[in-house]
Amino acid sequence: MNNQEKEPLFSARNIKLLTAPLHKDNPITIQVLGICSALAITVKLKPALVMALSVTIVVAISNVVIAALRSYIPDRIRIIVQLVVIATLVIMVDQILKAYAFDVSKQLSVFVGLIITNCILMGRLEAFAMANRPWPSFLDGLGNGAGYGLILVIVAFFRELLGSGTIFGYPVMEKIGIYTTGYENNGMFILPPMALILVGLIIWAQRSKDRSLIEEKQS
Amino acid sequence: MRQFSNRYIFVFSTVMVVIVAVLLSLAATLLQPAQERNQEIEKKKSMLESIRIPASRQNAVELYDKYIRESFVINTRGEVLEGIDAFNVALRNEQRKPAEQQSLPVFRAVTDEGEQVIILPLEGKGLWGPINGYISLRRDMNTVYGVTFDHKGETPGLGAEINTPGFENMFRDKKLYEDQTFVSVKVVKGGARKDDVHGVDAVSGGTITSRGLENMLFDCLEKYNDYLLKNRN
Repeated sequence: MNNQEKEPLFSARNIKLLTAPLHKDNPITIQVLGICSALAITVKLKPALVMALSVTIVVAISNVVIAALRSYIPDRIRIIVQLVVIATLVIMVDQILKAYAFDVSKQLSVFVGLIITNCILMGRLEAFAMANRPWPSFLDGLGNGAGYGLILVIVAFFRELLGSGTIFGYPVMEKIGIYTTGYENNGMFILPPMALILVGLIIWAQRSKDRSLIEEKQS
Repeated sequence: MRQFSNRYIFVFSTVMVVIVAVLLSLAATLLQPAQERNQEIEKKKSMLESIRIPASRQNAVELYDKYIRESFVINTRGEVLEGIDAFNVALRNEQRKPAEQQSLPVFRAVTDEGEQVIILPLEGKGLWGPINGYISLRRDMNTVYGVTFDHKGETPGLGAEINTPGFENMFRDKKLYEDQTFVSVKVVKGGARKDDVHGVDAVSGGTITSRGLENMLFDCLEKYNDYLLKNRN
């Protein structure tokens, strides 16, 4: 216990909590959590980015709350407690956005509410915050939010560029004059299945680059 | 893992629920005035956008007073009803009443070119929730001057595209009437013909939202039929 007290805020172990989810422990491509929202909101970059930000904030704060309360939470109702904490935070965020950042709240619409059902949140609370102190839990939340956001942005980039021909709403394809050569936007990219295929491609690329990530065959 | 007694679990959950309830009701009550104000501004901003006045949240109220000259409420026979504030009519509630009892708001405005137009509110169903908007008509009560749409929760990038300028601008100069018959503006899947005065392109990937929008236009505007025919010139 004493050793932990003296651990510096940004020790190597803590930094790892922040960076591992970006690659080796990515919530989407390795833990395969939060897929549903990755399919739904990656048609355009802007909502994807705002969603990533909101998830990061909520997962970091709820991680801290649960980690602080972890020794007082009865094991038998821990899932309910986790859900209550997440739901409360999300509703608060939603209310505050509606009052002070109306445009952002309109942009996100139903997806603020859907943060509650994002598996990454429950996954991190159950797997990490219930067993760790608040500060590492906070970092873990930030890291996982960022890892989630990274994949979201990559997928949204390709879907918006190839599906709508724009980047952040800017008509890139039109500006470089590619339409005159007979090029057309691929409608398939707008539809949810393409997000799944893109996530699959990212998983493939990541694992073929780093073979240690490949799961062992089950015989 | 520590063992907790049943009593502890009950006390814990009760305290937790009370704290959460207090927090949430505090947030809801304290933030309500700001949220209502936002909605009022949003409504004024949408109305201005339907007459092609780009308003920001900062100047919407001021511009609204400048451009919107008059507002009143009519019934389905086109008669003006006295004593009802058009701005505060909740269309959603009106739509639950029988058609002949509904109050239908009309807003008169003058555009930058000095043309008199009327603005009519729209309210309907999208894929996930309500969609709404405003449509402005030129003096002939037939030609669309501008529209603006909004939605509660259509899918971003798909159905949500109905509130982008690219979609809304297609409605300009479309006609509601074929001679004396009301036909409204249709949303055509796969793209409308260039010379089609009653059709615009549907949103790709947003079929149900597009269809809901088409129904919204027809259902809401049909109720103004008597009024529009009476005031044509």
